[in-house]
Amino acid sequence: MQRLDPALEQHLMVVMPHPDDESFSSGGTMALASDAGVPVTYLCGTYGDMGRRMGSPFFANRESMRDVRERELAEACRVLGARYELLGMRDRTVEFEDPHAVAARVREAIERLRPSTVITFYPGHAVHPDHDAMGLATKLAVDGLEGQHPQLLGVAVGDREQLRKLLGPPHVAVDIRRMRQRKLDALMAHRSQTEMMFQRWQKAGEDDEQTRYFREVLMVVERFYRLNGVSVPADG
Amino acid sequence: MRPIEPKEVQAELDARLRRDVYLHLETTTGSYTALGPEKTQPVIAYVRNALVRYERGRITGEGPYRVGLKLSGGWVYAQGLTDFEVTERAELLLAGHDHEGNLRVALQLSVRPFRE
Repeated sequence: MQRLDPALEQHLMVVMPHPDDESFSSGGTMALASDAGVPVTYLCGTYGDMGRRMGSPFFANRESMRDVRERELAEACRVLGARYELLGMRDRTVEFEDPHAVAARVREAIERLRPSTVITFYPGHAVHPDHDAMGLATKLAVDGLEGQHPQLLGVAVGDREQLRKLLGPPHVAVDIRRMRQRKLDALMAHRSQTEMMFQRWQKAGEDDEQTRYFREVLMVVERFYRLNGVSVPADG
Repeated sequence: MRPIEPKEVQAELDARLRRDVYLHLETTTGSYTALGPEKTQPVIAYVRNALVRYERGRITGEGPYRVGLKLSGGWVYAQGLTDFEVTERAELLLAGHDHEGNLRVALQLSVRPFRE
């Protein structure tokens, strides 16, 4: 596995469908880049307005959720030193849009911002259909660029043993231990979505498998697959 | 939102009787059940901004509650409703939450379309 130093990037861009995907998958990497003066942009596909988590105790509802989550996103991005843009699609609908039309919008942002690295989800290996669809659109966007291509990194989600069997070990790793608190703060900014999770982990203690995963993996290292030149399911 | 008061909800249902109203109907297990201890596939469905007109609409049960809307040629039904709110835009929101505050079912009615 190769170490990636986010401080050496020219511009780091993350393209994912929901407010909070950026913090879970790449929050540490984003903070390391922005602290080194690297511009960081989160291109977020949807408002996350069909989430079922409403806070614990719940404070959001189906109709207020869109504004609640945009405010949370703004705060998380402030914590991570990133700016964000929203593509404004509806949650859960990304896979039903024309992938080439979504790709065209992602490509427009890439051509405008000229990132050196783009992080998205690994299409076909990201559990949530919106993740897979946003990953595919981003892959299509990068593949269709004229001239220089940014490095394209994919986040795989799910059972780690299973993923290792299917895809091999991740290609790139970022040590984020220095940014533990910042990643935690960003996740907490997504309060409607994460409050319940933090409460559950507090109750479960060290023995709980999810709590261990959180402490020993999620807050320690962020791992990515290089997607340039890889053919992905449903490509083209 | 606050716990359902059946009388208040019944009055809200009556206020929208026999006119075109926009419906949001939804049920969800969440997207990540396959990763959780239950290891089941997610089941999610929603309809947003379907235009309906009902000639009878009732809320029943002791809580969680059920709502049935009798259309001229069909039905709208939801079970497991626990909380409600009438928004500033006069939308009637009914939802069922689990013990952790997650939404499990929603039935919403509005004279104006819900935000797309």
